[in-house]
Amino acid sequence: METTLIVILILMIAGALHALHARDLLSAIVSYAVVGYSLVVGFLVLKAPDLAIVQIVVETIALIIMVSVLIISTREDLAKRDTIIIKGQSYINVRNLAYIFFAVVAGFFLVYFFNMVSSGLEPLGVHETRMATEYIKNGVEGTGSVNLVTGVLLDYRGFDTLGEATILFTAVMGILAILRLKTHKI
Amino acid sequence: MITYLLCFILFLVGLYGVLTRKNLIKIIIGLSVMEYSLYLFLALIGYIDGGAAPIIDPSKPAGLVVDPLPQAFVLTAIVIGLATTALLLAIAIRLYKKYNTFDIDKINTLKG
Repeated sequence: METTLIVILILMIAGALHALHARDLLSAIVSYAVVGYSLVVGFLVLKAPDLAIVQIVVETIALIIMVSVLIISTREDLAKRDTIIIKGQSYINVRNLAYIFFAVVAGFFLVYFFNMVSSGLEPLGVHETRMATEYIKNGVEGTGSVNLVTGVLLDYRGFDTLGEATILFTAVMGILAILRLKTHKI
Repeated sequence: MITYLLCFILFLVGLYGVLTRKNLIKIIIGLSVMEYSLYLFLALIGYIDGGAAPIIDPSKPAGLVVDPLPQAFVLTAIVIGLATTALLLAIAIRLYKKYNTFDIDKINTLKG
């Protein structure tokens, strides 16, 4: 169980790293899809079938949008600029070394804070349902839905779902406004 | 505990991508990777050993099920993540049409 999750997470990290370093943007997007579809398997292992279904649909839509963006633009990644060329000779960019130094320092800080925070976390598999105890006990009679996730989304926390629909609507309006080809002179 | 740590590392990989890449598409990929790590983290928190999926058969006595509340939140977050990713890609394609590049260093002549 935990071993499966660790393997999935390592696959996700490897896919994300390759997606960020690929020279071809199409292969970067395919590696990004590896991350998303591994997440689907992770949700199935964690007993969350609703999340798996939604994630597989969302990942496919995101993949289609990204590939269609690449079709009308370019597949080439930008040229590397790790070195500066002055009078035919190449030098390592000094700013990059400073960035690496700051990254190491920030990494130490982040690991320190993670240690501090993770002492308050329960180990994997141990969890005490606080608010959801009520939902699990009375959810089927209270909402009429045998699927508790649906019951929580559409009944107990219906306003959250209304806000979600508002955000979706706003995003669609934004996309339509951005992609509109004709502009009106004011 | 190591799964939480790996989730954190995945978040840091996404953050590294957002901070260091110059390509708009790769920045969007890094942002999505950060989102994915958070979804997995919340699903991990709600997991209970030996629990079933939160779908209850009313004719049988209720057994142990995993926490449905983080799953409901993550479901909302996944859909919103798709909306933000699509909006970012729309902005990226408009910028590409205007500047003919995805390089954020060359997209610096914004005028009203």
